[in-house]
Amino acid sequence: MRPAQDETVGSLADELAALRRIDRDRVFAILMPILVLAAAIGGWEAVVRLRDIPPYVLPAPSRIAITLVADWPTLSRSLWVTLRITFEALLAAVVGGIALALAFTRSKWIERSFFPFAVAMQVTPIVAIAPLLLIYLEPETAVLVCAFVVAFFPILSNTALGLASAEHNLVDLFDLYGATPQQQLLRLRLPSALPYFLGGLRIGGGLALIGAIVAEIAAGSAGQGAGLAFRIVESGYRLNIPRMFAALLLISLTGILIFGLFTLISYWSLRHWHDSARRREL
Amino acid sequence: MARRQASSDTPIVALRSVGKSFASGIRALAGFDLEVIEREFVTLLGPSGCGKSTVLRMIAGLTEPTHGTIQWAGPRPEIGFVFQEPTLMPWANVFNNVFLPLRLRGSGREQARPAIAEALQLVGLTGFESAYPRELSGGMKMRVSIARALVLKPKLLLMDEPFAALDEITRFKLNNDLLKIQCDLRNTVVFVTHSVYESVYLSTRIAVMAARPGRVIETIRVEEPMPRGEEFRSSRLYTEICRATSQALHSAMSPGDEL
Repeated sequence: MRPAQDETVGSLADELAALRRIDRDRVFAILMPILVLAAAIGGWEAVVRLRDIPPYVLPAPSRIAITLVADWPTLSRSLWVTLRITFEALLAAVVGGIALALAFTRSKWIERSFFPFAVAMQVTPIVAIAPLLLIYLEPETAVLVCAFVVAFFPILSNTALGLASAEHNLVDLFDLYGATPQQQLLRLRLPSALPYFLGGLRIGGGLALIGAIVAEIAAGSAGQGAGLAFRIVESGYRLNIPRMFAALLLISLTGILIFGLFTLISYWSLRHWHDSARRREL
Repeated sequence: MARRQASSDTPIVALRSVGKSFASGIRALAGFDLEVIEREFVTLLGPSGCGKSTVLRMIAGLTEPTHGTIQWAGPRPEIGFVFQEPTLMPWANVFNNVFLPLRLRGSGREQARPAIAEALQLVGLTGFESAYPRELSGGMKMRVSIARALVLKPKLLLMDEPFAALDEITRFKLNNDLLKIQCDLRNTVVFVTHSVYESVYLSTRIAVMAARPGRVIETIRVEEPMPRGEEFRSSRLYTEICRATSQALHSAMSPGDEL
């Protein structure tokens, strides 16, 4: 009797210990990056204060935060411009990418004819194309086109790959039941392509922001249409280094936000079925 | 044992000296003859690469023969197809997977509900409608696949090594359930396997095939009435037919096939 009882108690204790371990792991996973970030910012602040580094060389984090609040009216306007251009470009890239990918699956000839152009557009660095576009287009349109060009390719190629990777047996099954091309597209090819498309969207989202920033720096446009990149260039000319950092911080946060948003969308749309959205059972 | 009912002796489909050559020059089938009689359970048994699957695909109309003819007794009947893998849509739950054939035929969801419930009940999956394929075991996924094949009440059910990837316990269970389903639905089954034991247990007739090119070299009748149960697996008749089938299969393999 006795040993059996001990065993039960032992296993319960083990279980509790295991649960605590999981809790501890989770706390660590959240706490550690925060601690490291706080240490880095704290160290930065300390170095600037101890060495008395002037803000036009390296501003302290506290100074950047103050600038961010003080210049918020200007910076928020620019943030809005950058966000709008990024998402407009991304929307155009999604619509264009899906449409061309669908055309590719319809006809090998369309694919053969257009794919080289898509590749050429992708491999030519956007910094090199931007000045050229600025000759022919209004600055804001040129920025939009640059952001579109870089976001377009990953969405196109991923979606095309996804549309072509429907399981062969399922295609046979659809044929057996006499599915129309529309049914096959809607019920088979589009769902099969979804994980690939979402992967392309996540890459394209980040690239659209980069494209917009690069083009804006090349354009150097001022006034109402000035985005965050222009604020960086402008603050650099004026030796307003804290504001440069504040604008840079906003760009980083925007990139993180876009990535987080699409990761979430991807997770929510795939959580029932795709391995990428599943936790492995250990 | 007497022959089965005389009324069922007309073939619903007959393949006559059918051949299939691929563009690569490989002759998958040559001079393949098979008559499928109504309510029969025919098994195509043969080594891998003997063109068993090609025969099923041709009957289903998924590929055309390059030689010979496929004759149907009337218009081509409703056909159900079960693949070696469950071949489910991972993004759709069990209900929607079984709903697929009906949906492709233009049936509405509510209208389809009774047929889906019936098909799921036949395979013992009532209550699993909202489960996603990834939540199911291999055997359960195969059951969903069978339910999907049955939902249109096909006159002819084609099965391409459906249980090959399953463990033996699950396979025996599914064998029994399949025989029960065939008894209930009174449909015709053409079943592909490379397991001698499975073919003897399930079939009323076994067509033993040889490879390169694929053809029928021997036909073996299993004169045990349906429904069969586990006691058939331990009967003398079963053992005898298994031995005869094994021998036929062995002679179907030329010495070069041993690997």
